[in-house]
Amino acid sequence: MLTKKEVEHIAKLARLGLSDVEIEKFQGDLSSILDYISQLQDVDVEKIEPISNITGAQNVFRNDLAKKTNIESVRGIDTVKRILKEAPELQDGYIKVKAVF
Amino acid sequence: MEINKLSIKKIHDALKKGEFSSVDLTKNILNKIEKENEKFGAFLNISSETALFSAKKIDEKISRGEDIGLISGIPVAIKDNILVEGEKCTAGSKILKDYIAPYDAFVVKKLKEAGAIIVGKTNMDEFAMGSSGENSAFFPTRNPNDLERVPGGSSSGSAVAVSANLSFYALGSDTGGSIRQPASFCGIVGLKPTYGAVSRYGVMAMASSLDQIGPLTKTVEDSKIVFNTIKGRDIMDSTSMDFKATDFKAKKEKIKIGIPKECFVEGIDSGVENMLKKVIEKVKNIGADIEEISLPNMKYAMPCYYIIMPSEVSANLSRFDGIKYGHSEVRKSGADIKNLLDVYLKSRQGGFGDEVKRRIMIGVYALSSGYYDAYYLRAQKARRLVREDFEKAFKKVDLIFTPTSPTTAFKIGEKTQDPLSMYLADIFTVSINLAGVPALSMPCGKIDGLPVGLQVIGPWFGEEKIFDFSEKLEKEIQYK
Repeated sequence: MLTKKEVEHIAKLARLGLSDVEIEKFQGDLSSILDYISQLQDVDVEKIEPISNITGAQNVFRNDLAKKTNIESVRGIDTVKRILKEAPELQDGYIKVKAVF
Repeated sequence: MEINKLSIKKIHDALKKGEFSSVDLTKNILNKIEKENEKFGAFLNISSETALFSAKKIDEKISRGEDIGLISGIPVAIKDNILVEGEKCTAGSKILKDYIAPYDAFVVKKLKEAGAIIVGKTNMDEFAMGSSGENSAFFPTRNPNDLERVPGGSSSGSAVAVSANLSFYALGSDTGGSIRQPASFCGIVGLKPTYGAVSRYGVMAMASSLDQIGPLTKTVEDSKIVFNTIKGRDIMDSTSMDFKATDFKAKKEKIKIGIPKECFVEGIDSGVENMLKKVIEKVKNIGADIEEISLPNMKYAMPCYYIIMPSEVSANLSRFDGIKYGHSEVRKSGADIKNLLDVYLKSRQGGFGDEVKRRIMIGVYALSSGYYDAYYLRAQKARRLVREDFEKAFKKVDLIFTPTSPTTAFKIGEKTQDPLSMYLADIFTVSINLAGVPALSMPCGKIDGLPVGLQVIGPWFGEEKIFDFSEKLEKEIQYK
């Protein structure tokens, strides 16, 4: 069983706030899932290469070009404005972020 | 004639002959949704205005005598993790409750170009995490065959919209069974294409190495039509590939079907097992050979999946940070936010549901320092073994059959308290995503009024093979 401290550590790495009730609940939930996936310790993978792309595609490149996307939609707002509209705080056309400290 | 039950080809012919208009058809569907959506909980958002606007345009085209494509003028429903420009897109999550999609997903663009009429966005388990539809942050979806039972998930609303005739077809996404399992529970056809056959651009990423978009339809023929419309290489998804059609001539060859002996071992409902055996008899009638095969690493597929999928989830869902879009504590007046970390912690705590939190934490744990080798790296190696099982099998057989799900639809609330028992509902579907092969679920009978799905698995880019044989089998089974 994961300890309270372990769950708090995982939650911190995951940038998830948790209440005390949640921590207790997830101690049990996560432990039983981790028990289940530990079955994978039985499989012999000593000489096996890890897989990366499943269909065998190699590196795929394209030119990284900036494109104008001021396509008017049926609602008449351009893409940039539509994206910015979703942010909680804006200043001078930029997304505003709280200070780190 | 109940027009909302017709197949795509029949509607297409009727539209061309002028038996009814696209506006009639769209109004018919919108009325039905308005009357019945409360009962089923299939749609989260309905776009009547744009749907009727688009339908009118198709009707004008027809009246001018112009040729229209097969899906032109026909209503479709879209899973709510796929972006439709200007429409709400929530992924069934509170964290995106008011999010408006700024552009179209590749598949949506393809559908629109082909003249499809998008009537609405369908309910789903939050961020496609769930096998029952109960993890929607808004309301659960109910199975039309029995309203006390789940429709399966995570494409719950898409499956129910098609099954209850609230749409002619729908798009869903499938990471570990999310198209096939609800198709099975609802008695319709669902296809998870080969990894890379359909672009994922504009679909909210869950586990990028496993996710695929596919159609939920009433018939195999419809599935083929929709798949052919949305497939293909897209420069915006570098894993997408041009679809290589296999040179498969079913009429000349004798088909060989493999049945993995591992299917009949643990946890499978005896009714489902008997149903599969009956199907095997019918397959023999249409001139196919049956061969027992072995997928020895199938037993590792579930634990392998439950390491790889949450690992990718934890990375993909880090974009929901309360800064760029979606639910943010910053919006709350009087919220106690001191710094950037508080924005992250509190926005994610308030925005995500329990299952999403569980999977993010499992993923973070599996990727964290000291555990990476034991979990993630080991799982990526085991994944190769799962893939190799299929490579070997497809050297001997053309297609593989398994049940889609080990049981029929379970009761609402039956598995919500035990996340692990919910995971096991996907035991026959997750290995398909790990291997990247295509698989289709088609209805093959009912047990106590509840549909049973047959999973038809093909080799990489062998969709044509699947369609060809499944269409024949569909006629033989004549399940309607």
